[in-house]
Amino acid sequence: MFELIIYTALGILALSTFLYVIRVIKGPTVPDRVVALDSIGINLIAITGLLCILLNTSVFLDIILLFGILAFIGTVAFSKFLEKGEIIENDRRR
Amino acid sequence: MIVAAKILIAYLIIQGALLCLIAAVGTLRLPDVYTRMHASSKGATLGVASVLLGVFFYYWFINGVFSGKVLLGIVFIFLTVPVGSHLLGRAAYSVGVKLDKRSVQDDYKGHRNFVIKHKDDSYL
Repeated sequence: MFELIIYTALGILALSTFLYVIRVIKGPTVPDRVVALDSIGINLIAITGLLCILLNTSVFLDIILLFGILAFIGTVAFSKFLEKGEIIENDRRR
Repeated sequence: MIVAAKILIAYLIIQGALLCLIAAVGTLRLPDVYTRMHASSKGATLGVASVLLGVFFYYWFINGVFSGKVLLGIVFIFLTVPVGSHLLGRAAYSVGVKLDKRSVQDDYKGHRNFVIKHKDDSYL
């Protein structure tokens, strides 16, 4: 019963990831696609946690922190690129 | 005792997965970038935090391991996902993404200079 519930939750998360993929494909502007990709990264964290329960190991719990940090850095870098046109500014005169 | 812990864990995990599904449906159906960002950031944050709380309770109650990594992951998600969404929304507004037609008013118009350097490739 417990494993069935975990599998059901994995199916629901896979369905929501598929809906985000639809938004990535047909999003009219670039910020839509970035929002959907960021949310796919956030969903991947939950999928990793559920797989840790299913496989009954605790070695993949580091991957949760890794995915969180990588999603945040990617979102910040892409939003800075959209706003300023470059990510790392070498111009210090401002 | 194990049965009660399993019921609690199953409730938390199902709730988090359904919140993630609601956030995805909102991202698919809402008309605007900003409303889509509203749905996905709030729903995905609470849903993933709920699933991770279920994972943390599983390792604490059933395996007997107090894993601080999952707690750190919950705190990190609660801190960073709204900040990333705020940065992305500001970037979208300053690039010039239009609001929906049904929006009533835009208080932010005129307070911000658009910084589009090349009008041809404004990513729209």
